[in-house]
Amino acid sequence: MRKSSPLTYFTLVIAIALSAFPLYWLFVVATRSNDVVGDWPPPLLPGGNLFDNISRLFSAEEANFLKGMVNSAIASVIVTVAVVFFSTLAGFAFAKLQFRGRNGLLLVILATMMIPVQMGIIPLYMIMVQLGWQDRLQAVIVPFLVSAFGVFLMRQYAERAVPDELVEAARIDGCTTFRIYRTVVLPALRPGAAVLGLFTFMSTWNEFLWPLAVLEADNPTVQFSLSQLSTSYYTDYTLMFAGALVATVPLLLVFLAFGRQIIGGIMEGAVKA
Amino acid sequence: MAASPVSTKDIMLVIHDRPKTATRPAKASTPRERGSFLSRVDAKGSPYLFVAPFFVVFAVFGLFPLIYTAWVSLHKWDAGGDAGFVGLANYGELFGDPDFWNAVGNTVGMLVLATVPQLLLALILASLLNQRLRGLLLLRMGVLLPIVTSVAAVGIVFSQIFDRDAGMVNGLLGLVGVTPVDWRADKWSSWIAISTMVNWRWIGYNSLIYLAAMQSIPRDLYEAATVDGASKVRQFWSITVPMIRPALIFTVIVSTIAGMQLFTEPLIFGQGTFAISGGSLRQFQTVSMYMFEKAFRDFDYGYGSAVAWMIFLLITILAVINFLITRRAK
Repeated sequence: MRKSSPLTYFTLVIAIALSAFPLYWLFVVATRSNDVVGDWPPPLLPGGNLFDNISRLFSAEEANFLKGMVNSAIASVIVTVAVVFFSTLAGFAFAKLQFRGRNGLLLVILATMMIPVQMGIIPLYMIMVQLGWQDRLQAVIVPFLVSAFGVFLMRQYAERAVPDELVEAARIDGCTTFRIYRTVVLPALRPGAAVLGLFTFMSTWNEFLWPLAVLEADNPTVQFSLSQLSTSYYTDYTLMFAGALVATVPLLLVFLAFGRQIIGGIMEGAVKA
Repeated sequence: MAASPVSTKDIMLVIHDRPKTATRPAKASTPRERGSFLSRVDAKGSPYLFVAPFFVVFAVFGLFPLIYTAWVSLHKWDAGGDAGFVGLANYGELFGDPDFWNAVGNTVGMLVLATVPQLLLALILASLLNQRLRGLLLLRMGVLLPIVTSVAAVGIVFSQIFDRDAGMVNGLLGLVGVTPVDWRADKWSSWIAISTMVNWRWIGYNSLIYLAAMQSIPRDLYEAATVDGASKVRQFWSITVPMIRPALIFTVIVSTIAGMQLFTEPLIFGQGTFAISGGSLRQFQTVSMYMFEKAFRDFDYGYGSAVAWMIFLLITILAVINFLITRRAK
């Protein structure tokens, strides 16, 4: 590790300014009125129209923004809880339990990790039609309740974080396997599970193509609402920016609260790959 | 490895915790008397029960649709239902479809424009971060800000920044005498605008992946190189880059797969009526947008499924090529 020079700091500050600027600009425009947004030089300080823009946002009929926010919150929370639960459960089984076909099944999970979801989207839509789930929120929840990536991640984590002797000891004491999961495995997996949960929440919140395919504008997710804004009100920049800002705030809050874990998770994953 | 603030500390905690965790279950010693039959059923059956939820849901909503896509692609199939087996006719039509090849060209073009600068800049950023720095966490969070911006929001912000009349990019270009560019109008300009969004969003993320790999390089390698008189630049290319190759391969493959599925950014950039066709002349329509247009705007499920399989094929080919190149380039 070299000692850092002033030039390093300077370059890093520029890099971070560039990575933060679009977010800052998002905030500035959301607080302005439409007649100054296109000015040159651009208005670089926030104005006083934020609440006005937000109230216009929630009353913009074609976007259904409030409903989109609520729907996305519900879907993201349910998917996150389910993915964490099923991934830790299966990850534990793959890492610490002996059963016939274990390696074969693990291989299936590895292979499916790389397959893009979009590939099967047309039959998936047909299934939703059969179930009568188009335009229903469960259409964007149920197919995502499990994740191959999550199972694999938790398996890797459990290998290291759950000591074999602990599982053995609990077994000898007469614990059922599920009880071992609950009292021994889950506490040990908690840091890894937290990272998985954070990433699942963010990616569910950001899901775009599938909601656009299966939902309707009257019952959207938040990203769907944003796309409605950008097709129906695309000349109204302050309105769109207010929407983009409100849709980003939950992710920013998650990031501010768990930034350290998220960074740890990304750097962990790299080591494994 | 020790670099992660998460693992080591928490694993230590778990180990310290051991006596407490181990005694707690011991209180529940009643099941022991329940006989060995039930506990054998538990030991044999539980693993399957634990992995079952994943496989059931995945089979229904993941694997089945995937395979069924192939079946649908061999049929004339629209919103009215299956109108009969047509063999490879959809694929035949697809090979002669200029709109499809246009979308392939757009996707690959934007993939290159988005991936190459993204990974190079990430590499530079990572080597800057791989030094003794003050405010390390803050710096790392700073470079990661773009990835926590909601993806459609990224599209909206950059669409405005690249707007012909109101956009900041044209304003800045005007300072050096460039006449305003209509970024949506041409292939090259719209590709640049869209790739900028992708680059912006992912550079920081990739740089953290590289940083993690760089931190596990033994320091004496650099010391030996310095003794031998190798310059910093030389050290970077001859030590750092080869040593983090697994991370490089990982990021190249992941960003290729993601790039081939590019959808949200160009769709939002399109605005208004021409959103799904990627501009009035399909200047920036990607293959995913084309599949979406065929399946969910024209309701041509058979044809859309053929497009889906072609995307899959392209991704596989590109991933394999990438893998071979990155493996050979030492």
